[in-house]
Amino acid sequence: MKFGIVTFPGSNSDYDAFRAVADTLGETAVYLWHKDHDLQNVDVVILPGGFSYGDYLRAGAIARFSPIMREVEAHANRGAPVIGICNGFQIACEAGLLPGALLKNSKLQFVSAPVAIRVENNDTMFTIQYERGAVLTIPIAHGDGRFTADAQTLDMLEASDRVVFRYVDSRGNASPEGNPNGSDRNIAGIVNATGNVIGLMPHPERALDQLLGSADGIPFFESILATVAA
Amino acid sequence: MTEVKPRPGDPAITPELIAEHGLTVDEYQRLVTMLNREPTFTELGIVSALWSEHCSYKHSRDLLKTLPTDASYVLQGPGENAGVISIGDGLAVAFKIESHNHPSAVEPYQGAATGVGGILRDVFTMGARPVAMLNSLRFGSLEHARVRYLLAGIVRGIGDYGNCVGVPTVAGEIVFDNAYTGNPLVNAMCVGLMHETDLIRAKAEGVGNPIIAVGAKTGRDGIHGASFASEDLSAASDAKRPRVQVGDPFTEKLLLEASLELIKSGHIVAIQDMGAAGLTSSSAEMAERGEVGVTIDVTRVPVRETGMTPYEILLSESQERMLVVAHVGHESHVHEILAKWDLDSAVIGEVIAEPVYRVTEGATVVAEFPGSRLVAECPRYSPEAREDAGIAALREFDVASVAERPEEIDPTWTLLQLLASPTIASKAWAYRQYDSTVRTNTVIGPGGDAAVIRVRGTDKALAVKTDCNGRYVYLDPREGGKIAVAEAARNVACAGARPMAITNCLNFGNPGRPEVFYQLREAIAGMGEACTALGTPVTGGNVSLYNESPSGAVYPTPVVGMVGLIDSLSHITRSVFATPGDTILLMGETSDELGGSEYLAAIQGVVAGRPPRCDLSKEKAAIGALHEAIVGGAVQSAHDCSDGGLAVALAECCVADSRAMTGASIDLDAAFPRITPLSTRSAFFGESQGRFVISSKAPRVVESIAERWGVPVHAIGIVLDRHEGFSITFKSRLIKSSVKDLAAAWHDAIPAIMSATADIAADDPALASV
Repeated sequence: MKFGIVTFPGSNSDYDAFRAVADTLGETAVYLWHKDHDLQNVDVVILPGGFSYGDYLRAGAIARFSPIMREVEAHANRGAPVIGICNGFQIACEAGLLPGALLKNSKLQFVSAPVAIRVENNDTMFTIQYERGAVLTIPIAHGDGRFTADAQTLDMLEASDRVVFRYVDSRGNASPEGNPNGSDRNIAGIVNATGNVIGLMPHPERALDQLLGSADGIPFFESILATVAA
Repeated sequence: MTEVKPRPGDPAITPELIAEHGLTVDEYQRLVTMLNREPTFTELGIVSALWSEHCSYKHSRDLLKTLPTDASYVLQGPGENAGVISIGDGLAVAFKIESHNHPSAVEPYQGAATGVGGILRDVFTMGARPVAMLNSLRFGSLEHARVRYLLAGIVRGIGDYGNCVGVPTVAGEIVFDNAYTGNPLVNAMCVGLMHETDLIRAKAEGVGNPIIAVGAKTGRDGIHGASFASEDLSAASDAKRPRVQVGDPFTEKLLLEASLELIKSGHIVAIQDMGAAGLTSSSAEMAERGEVGVTIDVTRVPVRETGMTPYEILLSESQERMLVVAHVGHESHVHEILAKWDLDSAVIGEVIAEPVYRVTEGATVVAEFPGSRLVAECPRYSPEAREDAGIAALREFDVASVAERPEEIDPTWTLLQLLASPTIASKAWAYRQYDSTVRTNTVIGPGGDAAVIRVRGTDKALAVKTDCNGRYVYLDPREGGKIAVAEAARNVACAGARPMAITNCLNFGNPGRPEVFYQLREAIAGMGEACTALGTPVTGGNVSLYNESPSGAVYPTPVVGMVGLIDSLSHITRSVFATPGDTILLMGETSDELGGSEYLAAIQGVVAGRPPRCDLSKEKAAIGALHEAIVGGAVQSAHDCSDGGLAVALAECCVADSRAMTGASIDLDAAFPRITPLSTRSAFFGESQGRFVISSKAPRVVESIAERWGVPVHAIGIVLDRHEGFSITFKSRLIKSSVKDLAAAWHDAIPAIMSATADIAADDPALASV
């Protein structure tokens, strides 16, 4: 399977995504330059973490206008998988691929820490290898990760089982203590209506090796291999 | 020589103007002699920057020469943008530490951010990709609103810059002491990884080769930053805020990628950061290293604003700029690479055979200096050195005479106070703001002893740490200098590494004062002794003098940045206890040494006494024994015993990992039977050097290895489940606490102080003079 990792000039977790695909999955990874118009026939697109264009205006606000994003949108509209991680989640929201927005963390500080997230829906192409309700340890590292949407949208996301991951505390509860950034309803990750675009603030590509603290991200990538036809 | 005339509009060269440029009467005479005429305003500006302490090391150069710099694996020692050591497999590590104290004192956010930017550039200009950042910070007491403002701004500045560039910030230290109230210290260290074959130096070569300015455009920010860094902070310093540069980490990220691509492309000969003193120092230093002449036309430098004078263009410290010497004929390839990253590049000059440093404005020569004398003939000083009698008296003070406070009848109280002392307490409030996991190589991040970064494609890892106890150096500069090196070595050893080499950042007061120059001389001598004994050469660093404010000089603080090599991932060792049931051992010798301790400072408010002795042969033996025990698989955890002594070290081993806390039961009577004079407070809180707290499933193996190395080791207790509590007994005294209480004291101290002051204010009437 071929994964394309979009490199905006300020992407910095593109390398982590590339290594995850090439080393952990043993699949083909290619970088997709933001100025290009060609997706190089990839099966899966990853919008990686970082600060796409410096993000001084608003995270992801400029990235959505880059040439490659036209192709990524077409790819998503064909029903092909797109994964937005951290800055990639912000870009996907800005581009309208996902509902809602990501605001500054509630304490107005960047937060870098391993956090606990619960798998709310294991019936997606990104989570089928997890148990529903499983609690994972995955690092976060962001300043603008507070997911928000109007109440109607949040209700709709819940009703249609589109909340995929939620922040939880050490007991596995979606409590305020377990919420590292003030996200509405502790939401850490969502999918689009057709289930082929996922956005999440935690970094599964940084949780692939127990040596580094957690291997809980491996089933995320294995789910894609299991569900997506190359 | 070409005729050089003043530019229209140049101010007249008056004694006042010379003084404003920080040149002494003698230094000005030296300049006139060199030129054989009066300098122009532009030339005065150039010399002011190049002969500033920051660029010239004029007070420290002769002392620094005494430091050991050689080892078989040193590929690049001092004198380049960064030092480089080989780690085998064709790989090398470039690393350096640098200060940004003065800018951070007046503009904490930008001051700290641009400090990070500068040190990143120093490392990637060697051809290395930055893989880890560390920072060593010193602040006054958090009781002051301004100190809280400085802490918040500096931490945010460090975080925002490093996070955006995508280099993990993995280790460091933060110390709080009134000595730093008016003058915080911000030292940033960068570690980069490279193929040995990509090593490139900042040496201009090849007559006719073009000199190219790349990266951001040049503006009017940061003019005279180098000179600002070379004077005491004063009431007028706030007015010099415009001398602080403004950072743009996004451009830095582009520059990083473009520079590494340039270096790999083979189109360039040399590359150097335009850091302190900007275009002036980068061009003059590259020419001096290559023993060639250069000519630069300021009208060809890409600028942000119109009407900039040659003086301003030469002295601007606008960030995110590089100076490159390319192979002649390859200019278009260089432009192409920069354009891919949306960065400017412009040929602004050329390497010439004639031994001059020449600056033109179009066809007009505006500055010209003979040969490399501009850099080489910088004055050097070796002023009087004399110990301050007051400090000598403090050292002789008998600290055993300091009475215990009534509360100390229960040493549990004392331990909880120490765990909540900001210098000892968890620094997670700060490092949670730093991305420590990007690039997915961080095996041990902030919060442990040393950080550990794996080296992909090999079974190796790097252990990195910064250290310095300024209070020790203040009370005994030579011993304190030794301890800074030894403690850093112990810290990387705890992680399973062999200490390899250091970079240092010497933060001192005004060297014109004999007592300060004494501290500088002695501390460097102590560091040199320790580096020689431990086999860790100095590969470069930075000197920051004039760290004085109206409230006095900072503690002399020679920060050591240590790089250690872990030969196998299986050797990586954490500092926290792992499993209930493991035996706890104390390795090393404990003496009655309370002088200079955190206990005296935090509990008694006393800064006095002889700091602990540092016996380098014992340090070397202890490090060797620990390493052998780790390699032999006999060690579950290893933690350096430092600030707060043994009791604090043991508590940290139990609570530092909030997701995997443990308890412990400790009995010291068996370990210290023969040392009857050892007081209970020295046993609990004394800071004897050369000691490790180790947990092991094979204590006999550790003991027999230690015996072979001649290092004392004692089994002192056992790791418990976190619900079984924490206790230490010695003589008639008992420390007994729940793990929860220890954890609360240590984890909550700094967040409680910082969140109680959400309205962090820049202005504290008590510090209005700073």
